[in-house]
Amino acid sequence: MVVAAQSRPSLAQQDLPAPPADNAQAIIQVRELNFFYGDVQALSDINLDIARNQVTALIGPSGCGKSTFLRLLNRMNELIPGTRVHGQVLFEGVDLYGPGVDPVEVRRRVGMVFQKPNPFPKTIYNNVAYGPRLYGVKDRRRLDEAVERSLRSAALWEEVKDILNTSALGLSGGQQQRLCIARAIAMEPEVLLMDEPTSALDPLATSRIEELVTELKRRYTVVIVTHNMQQAARVSDVTAFFYLGRLVEMGPTETIFTRPREKQTEQYITGRFG
Amino acid sequence: MLNPFSGQALAHKGLGRLTSAGIMNRRKRTSTEREVIIRRFFVAAGLFSLVVMTLIVLFLFAEGIGLFRTVSVSDFLLGTAWYPTYDPPDFGVLPLIVGSAAVTLLSSLIAVPLGVGTALYLAEVAGDRTREILKPAVELLASLPSVVLGFVGMVVLAPLMQQWWDIPTGLNVFNASLMLALMAIPTIASISEDALHAVPRELNEASLALGATRWETLTRVQLPGALSGIGTGVILGMSRAMGETMVVLMVAGGAAQIPGSIFDSVRPLPASIAAEMGETPFGSEHYHALFAIGMVLFLMTLAFNLVAAWFSRRFQQKGAATL
Repeated sequence: MVVAAQSRPSLAQQDLPAPPADNAQAIIQVRELNFFYGDVQALSDINLDIARNQVTALIGPSGCGKSTFLRLLNRMNELIPGTRVHGQVLFEGVDLYGPGVDPVEVRRRVGMVFQKPNPFPKTIYNNVAYGPRLYGVKDRRRLDEAVERSLRSAALWEEVKDILNTSALGLSGGQQQRLCIARAIAMEPEVLLMDEPTSALDPLATSRIEELVTELKRRYTVVIVTHNMQQAARVSDVTAFFYLGRLVEMGPTETIFTRPREKQTEQYITGRFG
Repeated sequence: MLNPFSGQALAHKGLGRLTSAGIMNRRKRTSTEREVIIRRFFVAAGLFSLVVMTLIVLFLFAEGIGLFRTVSVSDFLLGTAWYPTYDPPDFGVLPLIVGSAAVTLLSSLIAVPLGVGTALYLAEVAGDRTREILKPAVELLASLPSVVLGFVGMVVLAPLMQQWWDIPTGLNVFNASLMLALMAIPTIASISEDALHAVPRELNEASLALGATRWETLTRVQLPGALSGIGTGVILGMSRAMGETMVVLMVAGGAAQIPGSIFDSVRPLPASIAAEMGETPFGSEHYHALFAIGMVLFLMTLAFNLVAAWFSRRFQQKGAATL
């Protein structure tokens, strides 16, 4: 994180292994990550890099740990009592779980969109302005700009520009989810985490979100958890297959879907289990 | 056959086959009949309270209106002297209304921060185990008989107050307000806590994921989401304090005067009715005046409940966050 890195530059230099040259593009590097719910180990020895401005899809059967992994990238899991993390999640070279790192700051820079659309029971405008206001933006014109920019980025502006001051809960499910995306990108995060963002949506709304994801990677790094193989194939550049709390295989999406290295990956992708 | 029921079952089946048409018909009729009966019972149960309520209100007004044959409404409501047994009597209830308002207001000033604070502690700070113990304990406070609270105020608190602050009597607005606050806190805390809990977890997560702190999430998402519930709790707590009789009868001091300070004695509306009804000749002017007081009290609590209903509708957020 920039703030932490600036205030404590020694951390990034001393404690961290120098990033391998071929990973210069990686914005997030996960090293030997283990995660526990109480005594149950949910993730074991995860090592992976997430490339900047690319869409990384996390796939795998239910309970394989992909959502848990996703929530480790913005420290959402620590809201659950009794959880433990071992290992490192390096964000721009700084360990998110290192001492002195503020989880609030982490979440401002790593945004998240949830499985079920969860707009606040406020107006559309106030939903999007929620994040900027947390930053202390009070000036109406700047807020207006941020709201319009975010809603345009989320491909929602044209549909809601005349009803900004009505309740967000009056929108359809797909619109609500795009509103949640707008709300997340109003924070101008660097990474956008999406936890099965289309699982509660109809096919049309799903395809709009998928188009949006492809758009968004120009400015953001996107990590998306999905149960839908076609979706992973359509939207992602890189795919990681998780099984039983381990990362089985990760690589360019095309390779994973056409010539997977591991038998398990092939079986899962072809629908033989999962 | 090992199964003792199977023979019976077979016989049953045979019977069913023989007279299936008849049984089917009869079953259909009985089930609709039963539904009609159940429906009528519920309608009757629902109407019962409505009817009783209407009758009581009618009775109250019929008896109370009698006063206004001899006393004008403005003399009654704005008169500052309540001497119902003098000759000629004075029936000015303003001191009683002010007395009620004073203890209600002061007790809410005490009970609202404590009650809402308790709710916030239970919902946000306390661990699951602490809450499991503490919440029933708070609710148990509501089950203390009011006469016990009155007793404590009278025997324990009043002498202490007199001693500490060197005031003529410990039976005053402040003492009554403290005891009423104790009664209102559990109502406020319990309803508010339920309301805070009813705010969906997803919304808290959404807020935290946007980089809000716990405090920001509490003030911007949870409290607004729970506002209608908290408001309802507060107003129900207050209306409980206003209608409460025994505590004010015992510890408010009983002086029908407009209080100049919180250490003056007052005589709230319910206390007057309770204290005087037993010694009033049936059908006398004084008797009608007490019913008129009942009308005033009824209208005041009705207003409170209307405000509560308005509040819960006004601040109710549509959709997932509704109470």
